Amino acid sequence: MSMRQIWVAFFTIVTKEIRRFMRIWPQTLLPPSITMTMYFIIFGNLIGARVGEMDGVPYIDYIVPGLIMMSVITNSYSNVASSFFSNKFQRSVEEMVVSPMPDWVILLGFIVGGVARGLAVGAIVTGVSLFFTDVQVHHPFLTMLVVLMTAVLFSIGGFINSLLAKKFDDISIVPIFVLTPLTYLGGVFYSIHTLPEIWQNISMINPILYMVNTFRYGILGVSDINAGGAIAAISMFIVVFYILALWLLKRGQGIRS
Amino acid sequence: MAEPALSIRGLTKVYGNDFHALKGIDLNVPQGDFFALLGPNGAGKSTTLGIVCSLVNKTAGQVKVFGVDIDTNFSLAKYHLGVVPQEFNFNQFEKVYDIVLTQAGYYGMPMREARPRARQLLEDLGLWDKRDNVARMLSGGMKRRLMIARALIHRPKLLILDEPTAGVDIELRRSMWEYMRRINREEGTTIILTTHYLEEAENLCRNIAIINHGEIVKNTTMRELLAELDTETFILDVSGPVEALPDIEGLERVAHDDSQLQLSVKKGQRLNDVFKALNDAHVDVVSMRNRANRLEELFVNLVAEQNQAGEIRS
Repeated sequence: MSMRQIWVAFFTIVTKEIRRFMRIWPQTLLPPSITMTMYFIIFGNLIGARVGEMDGVPYIDYIVPGLIMMSVITNSYSNVASSFFSNKFQRSVEEMVVSPMPDWVILLGFIVGGVARGLAVGAIVTGVSLFFTDVQVHHPFLTMLVVLMTAVLFSIGGFINSLLAKKFDDISIVPIFVLTPLTYLGGVFYSIHTLPEIWQNISMINPILYMVNTFRYGILGVSDINAGGAIAAISMFIVVFYILALWLLKRGQGIRS
Repeated sequence: MAEPALSIRGLTKVYGNDFHALKGIDLNVPQGDFFALLGPNGAGKSTTLGIVCSLVNKTAGQVKVFGVDIDTNFSLAKYHLGVVPQEFNFNQFEKVYDIVLTQAGYYGMPMREARPRARQLLEDLGLWDKRDNVARMLSGGMKRRLMIARALIHRPKLLILDEPTAGVDIELRRSMWEYMRRINREEGTTIILTTHYLEEAENLCRNIAIINHGEIVKNTTMRELLAELDTETFILDVSGPVEALPDIEGLERVAHDDSQLQLSVKKGQRLNDVFKALNDAHVDVVSMRNRANRLEELFVNLVAEQNQAGEIRS
C-alpha cells in the first residue's frame, strides 16, 4: 500500500473508533462523569473537608489529578479492549485481516481510538472538577505529555487483553482484578508518605503510582516521585507493550487459526 | 503465459490437535476463470481459501495470487483478493452503507471514490434502499449480498465466494448467479466458488477441483468431468399407464407412479433407438428430464470411491 492508502486506512479505523464511543455515549462518556461527580462530592467535599491537607494542598485539590488519571486509564483500556474484542466476537475483525492494511496500522488506529476516549473522558472529568475546585496547571507540557503517554500505554494494554481474550469475561478480569487495585493503591487518594515504610517501598513497584504522581506534579507541582524517571519508565513500558501487541497481531493470536 | 490468478503448491495445514486438514495440495486457477472448489463438509475447502486470504495460518507450502507470493508480499496479494466468507462477518449493528464504505477505507480507497462505487454495487445487488438499515435487520439473502458488495468495493481481480448462496431462496440464487456471471464475463474478475449446490457449480463454473480429506481428488474442466458419466438417468413422463413395458435396456417403471418411467442411458446408447422402440410399443412420452443433477452423481461417486479407498488403506 502507498503511504496515501495507509493514511486512508488509518483514518478509517480512527474515525470508526471515535464514532463508536460517541454513538454509545451513555455507556462511554456519561458513567465516568457521574462516578467522578460522586467522588468529588463524597471524598472531596464531605470527607475531604475533615481530612484537611495532603502534601501541603487541600484534599480535594490533591485527588483531582488522581481521579482524572484514573478515568483516563480505565477508559483508554476498556475502549480498545471492548471495541477490538467485539470485532473479534462478531468476526468483523476479518474485514481488517483480509485487507492489505499492515498490522501496525490496525494497532495504531485502535490506540488512537483509545487515546481519544481516554482524553475525552479526562476532559469531561476535568470540567466536572471545576465545579468543586480551581484547577491550575503548574507544568502544562508535562501534564499533557504524561496523560497522553498513559492513555497510549493503557490503550495498548487493552489491545493485548482483547487479543488474548476468548470470551467477554476475559476483558473485564484485568480491569477488575489488576487495574482497579493498582490505581486505588497508586496514590490517587493519598500520598504514599502516609504509609509505613514497608508499604511505601512496595508501592514503588506499582507503575500506576508513577503516572498518577507525575500528572499530579504537572498540575499541583507536588509529587512523591521523580518526574523524569517516571517519563522514562512509561516510555519503556510503551515500547515493550507495543512490540508485544504487534507480535501477537502478526502471529494472528486469537484471530487466525 | 499469464500468471495464474491463484497458484497453490504443496499446501499443508495441520491444526493444533494434529488434525491434517490439508495434505500438500496443488491447485492452479487461470486468470478469468470461474472455478469450483467442491468437497464434503470438513474436506478442506474453507481451510484452503482461509489460507489464501490470511484468515488461517498455513503449516507449509506456497500460495501465489497473480504471481505474488503471500509470504513475500502479502499486502499486495491481499489487494487482488475479494472475500465472501461462509459465515456473516460484519458488525451487525452497523449500517449497510457504512460497512461497505469502511471496507473501502481499509483498502485505502478515498471516500470520494468509494461512495459512488458503493452506491453502484448496492444498487446492482438490490440493497441501495436498505443502505441506512443496520445489518442485523436484513434478511439472510440480503446479508449475503451485502458481503458480496463489500468484497467487490475495491475492484478485486480474484473473488473468493465461500458458499455465497447458502440458505438463499431459488429466485434470489438465480439472480446472484447472473450477477456473478456478469462480473466474470464483463469485468474479467476471476471467481473461485465453493458450494453445496452442485447445480450451481455445473451452471457457473468452467473448471473444477474436488477436495476430500485434505487431498485434491479431481482437478479438471467441468466438460471433461461431466463426460466421465457412464450413465445418465432420465425420468420420462408418459400420457397414461403403460401396460406392457417394452424391452429396452435401462427402462424400468417408477414405483408408485404409473405416469412415469425411468430410463438409464449408457454412454454410446442412442436415444433415437430408445424413442423408436418406445414409439413402436405405443408409449406416448410427454416430457423428459434428468433424474438427478449430473454433477451430483459424479461427486457422490468420487467421494464414495475415495472414502472406500481410504478405508481399505487404513
